[in-house]
Amino acid sequence: MIKAILIFNNHGKPRMSKFYEHYTEDTEQQIIRETFHLVSKRDENVCNFLEGGLLIGGSENKLIYRHYATLYFVFCVDSSESELGILDLIQVFVETLDKCFENVCELDLIFHLDKVHNILAEMVMGGMVLETNMSEIITQVEAQGKMEKSEAGIAGAPARAVSAVKNMNLPEMPKNINIGDISIKVPNLPSFK
Amino acid sequence: MALKIVKGSIDRMFDKNLQDLVRGIRNHKEDEAKYISTCIDEIKQELKQDNIAVKANAVCKLTYLQMLGYDVSWAAFNIVEVMSSSKFTFKRIGYLAASQCFHEGTDVIMLTTNQIRKDLSSPNQYDTGVALTGLSCFVTPDLARDLANDIMTLMSHTKPYIRKKAVLIMYKVFLKYPESLRPAFPRLKEKLEDPDPGVQSAAVNVICELARRNPKNYLSLAPLFFKLMTSSTNNWVLIKIIKLFGALTPLEPRLGKKLIEPLTNLIHSTSAMSLLYECVNTVIAVLISLSSGMPNHSASIQLCVQKLRILIEDSDQNLKYLGLLAMSKILKTHPKSVQSHKDLILQCLDDKDESIRLRALDLLYGMVSKKNLMEIVKKLMLHVDKAEGTTYRDELLTKIIDICSQSNYQYITNFEWYISILVELTRLEGTRHGHLIASQMLDVAIRVKAIRGFAVAQMATLLDNAHLLTGNTQRNGICEVLYAAAWICGEFSEHLEDPMQTLEAMLRPKVATLPGHIQAVYVQNAAKLFATVLQKHEGETDSQAAQETSQLLIDRLPLFVQSANLEVQERASCILQLVKYIQKLQQKNVEVAEEVTALFAGELNPVAPKAQKKVPIPEGLDLDAWINEPPSESESEDEKPKAVFAKEEPKHYRSRNTEVDEKELARRREVRKQEQANNPFYIKASPSSQKVYDAPGVEHIPVVQIDLSVPLKVPGMPMSDQYLKLEEERQQKEKAERKKKEKKKKREKRGKGRKADSGPESEEDITPAQHVDIVTEEMPENALPSDDDDKDPNDPHRALDIDLDKPLADSEKLPVRTHRPEVLKSPAEDRVSESVPPETKKKSSKEKKEKKKDKEKDRKRSKEEKKKKKKHKEVEEELLESQPEEPVQSEETKEAAAPPTSTSAEASDLDFWLSSAPVPPAAQEVTVPSSAVETSSAAVPESEPDEPKDTEPEDTKSSKHKKKKQKKEKEEKEKKKKKRHHHHHHHGEAGGEDSVQNGTVEEEEPLPPMSNYSVLAENSFIKMVYDIQGNHQDESKVVVSIIFENKSDSFLKSMEFNVLDSLNSKLQRPEGAGPHDGLTVPFQLPPGVSNEARFVFSVQSIVMPQKLKGTLTFIVKSDESSTHEKLDFKLHFTCTSYLITTPCYSDAYAKLLESGDLKGSSLRLEGINMPFHHLLARICFHHHFSVVERIDSCASMYSRSIQGHHVCLLVKTSDQTVSIDAKCDEPSLLGNVLDELKQTFSKC
Repeated sequence: MIKAILIFNNHGKPRMSKFYEHYTEDTEQQIIRETFHLVSKRDENVCNFLEGGLLIGGSENKLIYRHYATLYFVFCVDSSESELGILDLIQVFVETLDKCFENVCELDLIFHLDKVHNILAEMVMGGMVLETNMSEIITQVEAQGKMEKSEAGIAGAPARAVSAVKNMNLPEMPKNINIGDISIKVPNLPSFK
Repeated sequence: MALKIVKGSIDRMFDKNLQDLVRGIRNHKEDEAKYISTCIDEIKQELKQDNIAVKANAVCKLTYLQMLGYDVSWAAFNIVEVMSSSKFTFKRIGYLAASQCFHEGTDVIMLTTNQIRKDLSSPNQYDTGVALTGLSCFVTPDLARDLANDIMTLMSHTKPYIRKKAVLIMYKVFLKYPESLRPAFPRLKEKLEDPDPGVQSAAVNVICELARRNPKNYLSLAPLFFKLMTSSTNNWVLIKIIKLFGALTPLEPRLGKKLIEPLTNLIHSTSAMSLLYECVNTVIAVLISLSSGMPNHSASIQLCVQKLRILIEDSDQNLKYLGLLAMSKILKTHPKSVQSHKDLILQCLDDKDESIRLRALDLLYGMVSKKNLMEIVKKLMLHVDKAEGTTYRDELLTKIIDICSQSNYQYITNFEWYISILVELTRLEGTRHGHLIASQMLDVAIRVKAIRGFAVAQMATLLDNAHLLTGNTQRNGICEVLYAAAWICGEFSEHLEDPMQTLEAMLRPKVATLPGHIQAVYVQNAAKLFATVLQKHEGETDSQAAQETSQLLIDRLPLFVQSANLEVQERASCILQLVKYIQKLQQKNVEVAEEVTALFAGELNPVAPKAQKKVPIPEGLDLDAWINEPPSESESEDEKPKAVFAKEEPKHYRSRNTEVDEKELARRREVRKQEQANNPFYIKASPSSQKVYDAPGVEHIPVVQIDLSVPLKVPGMPMSDQYLKLEEERQQKEKAERKKKEKKKKREKRGKGRKADSGPESEEDITPAQHVDIVTEEMPENALPSDDDDKDPNDPHRALDIDLDKPLADSEKLPVRTHRPEVLKSPAEDRVSESVPPETKKKSSKEKKEKKKDKEKDRKRSKEEKKKKKKHKEVEEELLESQPEEPVQSEETKEAAAPPTSTSAEASDLDFWLSSAPVPPAAQEVTVPSSAVETSSAAVPESEPDEPKDTEPEDTKSSKHKKKKQKKEKEEKEKKKKKRHHHHHHHGEAGGEDSVQNGTVEEEEPLPPMSNYSVLAENSFIKMVYDIQGNHQDESKVVVSIIFENKSDSFLKSMEFNVLDSLNSKLQRPEGAGPHDGLTVPFQLPPGVSNEARFVFSVQSIVMPQKLKGTLTFIVKSDESSTHEKLDFKLHFTCTSYLITTPCYSDAYAKLLESGDLKGSSLRLEGINMPFHHLLARICFHHHFSVVERIDSCASMYSRSIQGHHVCLLVKTSDQTVSIDAKCDEPSLLGNVLDELKQTFSKC
């Protein structure tokens, strides 16, 4: 079982958090902080596994993480998951994000939290891996995206136009803060399928 | 209208959306909290509007704020509103918000039941999908109960996308509503063979998760998973299954044996590291479960260790970490194979990665030997000095102690060294393991008598320098060491060089700052020291000094008398008064030393940690009874003395049983004394208790003696490093000496208590440096040390420990959607409330009526619901409604009965699958064709549970299939009954029958090895041997097992197996494959490797033997080239292969022969010169018969074909002539079987 999936940046700012067990908001923030502390002090070329923090389940659980450019992707899992399997899953997740956002960067995650959640929902459900095949995930995400567009129809058009204008008005938004893209090749891990 | 919409959205477009919110937050870095609070106010306004789009936008923003740590539960109701929007866009936003912030305590969840149910049955698969995803995060017991049935229906949805989600969420439903597991399990199992790989993977996932917690309930699925393992190509699925097998093997060693080969093949063939690693892990689990006994498995261990070494040596830190992790598992059972990689592991200790160092530390435990212990510990001590974090340092500390103390200090040759290590460890700052060090000191000092002198000297120094340790007075801090030091100095004070100095150190005012329990020990041991000092002075007739000592105590003790700690106070005032009295006597020049010493006379023996718990409670002793009337309740309890080392659970005296007679009291006193005597930490008040101490048990303490070598005297206070050097020198010297002596003198016998084979061979050269007695710990007689670790009672998985093989009972069904879902009640209540017509005679008829009522309501309701309801659901319901009462009833019966049959069949199938030899009778289905069965079967359907009609909107097309199933079920039931019956009667004989069954009659000579595998085809690349066996469950299926053996030096891959079907026999191909398509063999063969694949054939008539032509095509891949090769073969289906070994009891056998339905035939074999039991064994083995009865040289045998033909043989032998009279209800089958029998024996 996957207990939690966290994405935060190099400064520990949460970019997405998904807990498959209930915690209060305060505990969740504490977990994110603790995880950040554990993960951020590790060198780049050490292993990607970490004995779990005290807050999530303790020693039963493991933290499996990857660091891409400015973001940490951390999965907290118990002993029923294969460590290397989860590493591959993170890679699939990131590659899927990359496909869905076209060269994903931290900003995409910041501004489209809902979309990130929707993509994740096609991969992991209630803490269990649902799908690992990237093309299948993308197909489902896109089909739902299409549905959303068709529902918006005419009524959605003006809102989209306005949001486009808003973005134009703020030149700082897309380029200045671009913190590098996520495109790191996985070393040594022949991926699934 | 359209204009209005556009206008509305133009109004909206100036609302803040999620992007605006995020942007705003980023622009208000300084006053983020303030900005967000204004945003929340805005959101609250937006939520008040009627426009659902505005609400959805607000909820979307809340989801973001929730991630930032803001509590948004106040908007729960609005979230539910957005969830129930008809637009997918908003619905998804709503469900996402719900999944992020709803939990079991959210009360609005109960409002969602209907909405979710509606979404689950939506014609739009994404509505359903979103609802399932959301539900998976916030399902509550109520939701699980109310929706279980709907979700179960979705498991058979036409869209795989929905199926896989429904399957996965079932796990959550099981967790919240364990009653649903059994009714839903059969369908879940079905999904393991779903054509869609995603659904299959989901089902594997769920079952693995279930099985991991309660493996024994899922053992019967092993054959199915085995099949999946050999056929699946999805690595996720493979990993899950292989992990599952790892959990199952400890329960069933036979499974392990079966797994070894395919796993080994996977290890050789896979390119995915993740899969390789999991295979290695499971092979290790298998090897552990087989433990010893399997000599040929050393190859497997070697393979594992070798693969793991490759992982550990890899530059990828992840692989290194996992390699070490897996290595530690091997260590437990096969330490020797790991020890050879010591170099590698020691190297990992220096790794910069803490995770890896920790793993390497785990391994060290098994690496040590007498020879290298000091060296390894020295290395660890260096790490202790270097370590930056306290966690890692503490980990090192515990590891050092673990390593040294393991198996009764087996590897320690020099205890002086160990004590100095412990003393060195006390210099660690901020450790939380003071307690651990202290208990080690105590343990060593008490149990190793020879070391006491040294230990006492060290401890005295510690006490003297106590100020260095007292900085950290927190619990379990390093000051705990002083507890040990004080106790050791006091108890073994005769070894002290200068007891006076130590006494003074123990009475320093600074001591009062120590924790209470330590002070108490100080005071008590000061008294012991006082006794020693007195004796010493009186021996020297130095009365002046003796009086000075008394004065010292009288001066210092009042400080402790004032202590807030009750224990300290009490002890101090007692001793103070005692000393005052002594002083008086001293002033009169009375010699008191002897009497004072007598207070503390006697030796303490170590007691095993759980010994006290194991002392049997003497008859008539009531531990809960009051000894004295309890004091008034108001007394505060916070001054309880804290027990430090003897962790006793506080006893609660609750019952007020005060009538205790004299005898009882006396007995109790006795018991208490005994207890005190056995407790080393109970400080004896007077020498009189010494008598009790000699109670039975003490003299039996085995004392391990190692009487070798001369003790090495080390003067002063050496550091542990010095010992290392000394030890090295000593060993070298000894080696040299021994070399001289060796020829002349045999080595002295080693201590009896130690295992001679522990540790590597070379260790025998090493002799301990000291004369050491390791006293074993005391235990009450007959008590064994054990770990009674109970499962955590709060573990939700405990509820899922459910026997899945038991047939479903009446009450077990998923609660069905009632038509008043707003009334939330338990399913039972629902049923009662619905059955308005009062009592009816039978339960079943009552329920029938109830159903009718339901249906009527259905019809009424359906009018209202039709508008809302989705088409297909309706159609299904109507279909069901239009069916006449009878078939509905029977269908339910089937539905309910399905699980038990399949599982029970599986249970016996498991045994069959696991054992290649004929199955023992107990495990096999006993079929007795007798009319008596009819009666019992008649009762069965009636007792079957009824299920309310719309439990299962089943596809009606499957009903045909079901009828067949039902028939089989009945049969199975009968068999089961029969089986039980037989068990009852033949219980006592079971053992004897077993041996006859297998044709090996006990007393006679062993059988030659036999195999049923015959060569199918062979060329220079590959050899195929095969065996055909009937399938228990299906009367038209046989399984052909083929072992492919790669004979070449090349790699064989892409093997494809194809057979030209005949009218009668057909190869079973997967769905969608054409009738002439070949089957891919699910593995590749590296050179020299063989593996087994199974193919299922369906046959119609079994009375004649059959031959099928086929070909195997494969690619031979060598370094330089690859060629396509082909091998033709002929599969020979003998009539024997349609027979299944079925045991039969003699009474049933006689009945069968009497019935007269069987036609006879006979056969004579000449020139058979093998023992009769060999002959029988051959018939049993090669032709799947079982022996019914054997009398001298005559035996009756029985077998049964897959289609239920009975075959009976009477075999007689005299002078190399064997005559076989045979009877069978199918003459041509019999003729063919006899021909085959003849052939078998003509070959030998």
